[in-house]
Parts: sequence; structure tokens; C-alpha cells
Amino acid sequence: MAGALLLAIALAPSVAIVVILLTRRPRLAEGLNLAASAIVLAAALLLPLASLGGRHVFLDRYVIADPFGAWVILCAAIVYFLASLYAVGYMRLLDEEARLPRFYALFAGFGLATLLGPMMNSAGLYWILIELTTLVSTFLVAFERAPESVEAAWKYIIVVSGGISLALLGTVLFYWAGSFVLGPRYDMTWAVLRAAAPEMNPALLLLAFLLVLVGYGTKAGLAPMHTWLPDTHSEGPAPVSALLSGALLNTAMVGVVRYLSIVEAAHAGKLARAVLIALGAFSFFVAALFIVRQSGIKRLMAYSSVEHMGVMALGFGFGGMLGVAGALYHMLNHTLNKSLMFFGAGSMMRSYGTKEIGGIRDVGRRFPVVGALWLAGAVAITGAPPFGLFASEFTILRAGLQSPEIWAAILMTLLLIVIFIGFLNHFRVMYFSPGENGAGPAGSVSLWCAVPMWLALLPLLVFGLWWPEAIWHYFGVIAHGLATSAPARVALR
Amino acid sequence: MIVSQLPPLAASLFSLIAIACLLLAFVMLGSRWLRHYLYAFALESWLIAALSASVGYYGHFPELYLIAILTVLFRGCFLPYLILRIIRRLNVAREVHVILQPSTSLVVGAFGVVFALSVASRIGLSLGLAGTVVVLALTVMLSIKLIGFLMLTVRHEAISQVLGLLVLENGIFLGAQILVPGMPLLIEIVILFDLLIVVVCFGILVRYLISHAGTTSVLALNRLVG
Repeated sequence: MAGALLLAIALAPSVAIVVILLTRRPRLAEGLNLAASAIVLAAALLLPLASLGGRHVFLDRYVIADPFGAWVILCAAIVYFLASLYAVGYMRLLDEEARLPRFYALFAGFGLATLLGPMMNSAGLYWILIELTTLVSTFLVAFERAPESVEAAWKYIIVVSGGISLALLGTVLFYWAGSFVLGPRYDMTWAVLRAAAPEMNPALLLLAFLLVLVGYGTKAGLAPMHTWLPDTHSEGPAPVSALLSGALLNTAMVGVVRYLSIVEAAHAGKLARAVLIALGAFSFFVAALFIVRQSGIKRLMAYSSVEHMGVMALGFGFGGMLGVAGALYHMLNHTLNKSLMFFGAGSMMRSYGTKEIGGIRDVGRRFPVVGALWLAGAVAITGAPPFGLFASEFTILRAGLQSPEIWAAILMTLLLIVIFIGFLNHFRVMYFSPGENGAGPAGSVSLWCAVPMWLALLPLLVFGLWWPEAIWHYFGVIAHGLATSAPARVALR
Repeated sequence: MIVSQLPPLAASLFSLIAIACLLLAFVMLGSRWLRHYLYAFALESWLIAALSASVGYYGHFPELYLIAILTVLFRGCFLPYLILRIIRRLNVAREVHVILQPSTSLVVGAFGVVFALSVASRIGLSLGLAGTVVVLALTVMLSIKLIGFLMLTVRHEAISQVLGLLVLENGIFLGAQILVPGMPLLIEIVILFDLLIVVVCFGILVRYLISHAGTTSVLALNRLVG
């Protein structure tokens, strides 16, 4: 069952890419990419169920469908589907008809790479997949060919390649540490490394983990390695920004979490956790500063991504059932919410012809429906009730208050308030400040662009009001599987 | 590979190659001419290939011969050729914008090596392998890494940044041959191919930089801030 689903997830975009490149017809490319993303979403929705029946490994143990991976794949599939839907409407506005097939081929390739990453059971192959996501998405970022996009793409590829070369070094050191236990030749799967971890040298393990953390942390957008993120997210086309923020960052976080559980198994996790928490708190801090004084609308969203990756890092760092469950729930909610925000930002950018917050006025009156959706999303992303992010951030805070690092939880609370005020202030200006040019005409946003926003907001509202018991139990299984320091307390809630 | 069972000749051969690679990294750091970087990089790749082959011979890892051949082909010939083509197209022979004088960067690089040595010897001590070729390999691996990052920060010509990244990877490859010669063949081969794709991507991006941003100096990429 799980094998067939994984195959569907891998094959649908691959077939789409090949056909798109062979036919090179813009309308067909749109349709194929959309169909592929729908198939992927359908398969990914079933994958968590299929992954529950114990561990599934395929293809000579190179591919795995464990509950954790399945969850991240689900998040990536959701954003891939929503972004494909949105792309149909958005890319037609760009007037790049001839290059559309190339865009969709790259887009499907990027979706594919982010979906495959969490499936990799070998630490080496996982690294390669992460590198591939960089290479593919670079060209998506540079797609508009403006000087700014090319600059963003260049910074992206240099910073991220440098960062993940550190992750490669860490991977080699992990393999080396394992070779003292398992002999010079072994399969470097997550399970094998975890099993061997208690006998590995703790100093070497810690060095390797720190390298991996900085490496994949660069890709996950944790400060101070986040420098590429605001440029890249603001200069790519909006659907690409959504995919970068909602799918790619999570896929990179998978590596950090899997390695953390290896170090944890060696009982050397205390320092590792502390560093992860410190990085998370620092991301929070940096994001808060830049959100308050931001002038670009998409850069605002990008810094909000840094903030939310910080939240997830804190959640996984606090650990325990609450921390892990909160972080995983946050992953889903952030995926939905950030897609919504980028879709709204993209549509507004196109309607007003500017990326500056200062140039966008009177959104609520000119775009009654889309404006309302976007505003609701803005309220949601600052962590206000009744939306999903409130539930997940609150859970992570509870985990923080129970952990030894209470300072991080307190700091998180303070910065959440700062971000709430700062973020919504920008929206106050865009919605309620009187515009210089008086009353503009009522604008319109195509249905292709509005529907994905509905599809993102409604589940977000549902998840805020109701945390399904089944999902909670599923998180319990994941937390137990990651075997974090605190014993799994499934019945806590 | 159990390091203590290495014949002394093998150990000194490995050390010699590792040290030579480190020296070449310093050559790159100290030079301003793009071609010199490239030749030093190619030579370093050939040395790494020689190291793979000799580790394969002394440690009985026959698959390393294949890695050695692929390293020579890709890293030693094809990559330098691709980069040479990019350099020719760019019409830049040397680094014009110097942030740090070559002599200063050499000194900073030396500090990097000292730092790497202190980390490596501590790890070596805790593993009970102090004074073996392992410590040297780890030192060289970490120092080439640090030197690569130094090159990335103080160099501003687009092509030297690409070379800086390749140096980073060379350092890892070098260390991996000595530390983990049994690393799965598949992964090593895929990483080699991956490098090829990286360089091709950089080639395309450099072309974008010239035609759309009008510069190949990274210093001019300063539109996106805040």
C-alpha cells in the first residue's frame, strides 16, 4: 500500500515533466502540472494511514515511508497542489506564454524534489535531494529575469550550496563515527545510525550534528543562516515563493530532526537541543526586528517564514510529546497559512503593480472577498485564535514551560506579541489608511487565484477550532518513533 | 579501514598527498589570477584521485579505483574545462576587487589551519587515534573547508565564488577518502554527477548575471537589502 502511494507521488510529477518538455504547449503544461499535483495530493492524503503499519522500506532500503516522513510529504503535497492551482491564474498575468512550459516543468521538478526528500532512507541520498531542490528552484527564482531576480538566485545558490556543503561534511563525519561500531562498510540508513549511536564517540557525534544543523539549518532558513531567504522568497513568482516557504523549508527541517533523534539516542542530546533552541529563538528575534520595519510585502512574508521555522525549531528542540506534536501541527498550519499569504501578496502585487507596502492601499474596499481572505490569513499567521497556528504555538509554549529552557518560551511569548503588533500594523496601513490617489476602481482577482485562498483558509479555521484526536495519536506515534528524551505521553491531553 | 594496521609507507603517502592538497588550497588563496585558481583546483582533484586509488590499493577497496577514474574525468578534466569556458566568455583574467590583500588572507588562512588542527587533535584524542594519519586527514579536511569559506567571503568575482564552492567540496572528498573509504559507491558517484550539474547551473546563472544584471562582480549585487 505505502509502496504504491510512494510510487504514485514520485511518478505523477515525473511523467508530467517529460510530457510537458516533449509537447511544449502552455495550456497543456498547466493542466498536466495541475493533474500531477492532484494525484500527488490524493496519494499523500492516504500515505499517513499507510505508514502507520510499522516501518516500510523499499528499493533496497533506500526509500522509507515512516509516519514522520509521510507527514512532511503531506504538507508538501498540499502546498504543491494549492500553488499549482494558483499558478494557473498567476502565470497567465506574467505574459510569458512561450516560457510557460519550461516554468511548469521546473515547477513540477521542484515539487518532486521536495516530495522525495523526506522519503529518502539514506542520509547521503537525502543530502543529494536537498542539493537538487536548490538547483531546480534557483531557475524558478530567476524566472522573471529581472536584475533583482537574478541577484536573488545568485545569492540563493551560493549561500545555500555553501551551507549544505557543511551538511555533507557532517554526514561524512556521522558515517565515520558509525564505522567504528559497524565496520567500514554499512548502509547509512537513519535506523542503522540510530541503533549504532549509543556506541559512537559523543564528541565526534556532537561535532557532526552541529555541522549538519548549520548545513540543513541554512536550507531551513534558521537565523543567522537565513540571509538568502528574504531575497529568494520575494523575487520569485508567487507560486514559487509558496512552494519554497511551505514545502522546501520543511523538507530541510526533516534532516535536522532525524539527526537530532540520532544524537538523542546516543544520550548526547542535551547540548544539541540547546543549540537548536538557541537558533530557533534567534530566528524569532531576527524575524521580529525585520517584520516591524519591513517595507516590501513579500519580504514581510519571507521574514514571517523565518519566524515560523524558528517556532518549529523551538518545538523540536523542546521535544517531548507536546513539543513534537506542536511542531508537526505547526508545520501543517504554517504550510496552509503561508501559501494563503503568498497568494494574496502575489495578487496584490500584480493588481497594484508594486512590491512596496506603501503603494498598496484600500485593499479591503477594492477587493472585498480576496482582501477579507488575506486579512484573515494575516490574523492567523500572527498566531491569533481561532486559527490553527494559535493551537500549535500554544502547544509549543506549553512544551517550553515544561522543559528546562523556560527562557526560550518566555522570549517566544514576548516576540510573538511584538510580531503580532508589527505584522498587523502593516495590514492596518494597507487596508484602512487613506490612499494618496483617492478611490481606485474595484479590482478583480481571477477565480484560479481566489479558490486556493479559500482552500487554504477553511482547513486553517477548522484546525484551529478542532484538533482531531486521530492526528494527535498520529503525532504520538511520531514522537515515540523519534524517541525524544521525554517519554511519550500520548494521554497527556 | 583500521588505521593502526596501515603500513608506514601507506600512511606517509596519504599524509603527503593530504598536505599537498592543503598547500594547493593556499596557492588558490594567495593568487589573484583566475587561471591559477583553476590549475590549482585541477591539480588538487588529480591528487585526490591518486589518494582514492592508493587508499583502494592499501585498504583493499576495489571500488575506489572506479571513484579515482571518475574523479580524474569529472573533477580533474571536465569541470576545469567547463569553468575555463566560462572564464573565456567572461573576459576577466583576475580578481579586480580585492577586499583582503592576498598576504593578509594567507595569514587568516593559517589561523584557520591552526583552529582545524586543534579541533582535529581533540577529536583524535577522544577516539584514541592521536598522532595517526586520521588526525591529519581531519585537519586538512576542516582547513580546506575554512579556506574555501574564506575564499567565498573575500572574493567577489562570480567565478571565484564558484571555485570557492568546489574547493569546499574537494576538502570533504579528500577527507572522506581516508576517513570513510567504505562509503557506499552509489552515493559517491551521485555526488560526482551532482557537482557536474552544479557547475552547469552556475554557468547558466553567470550568463544571466551578465545579460540581466550587467555585472559579474558580486559587489554590484546590492539591490536587495533589509
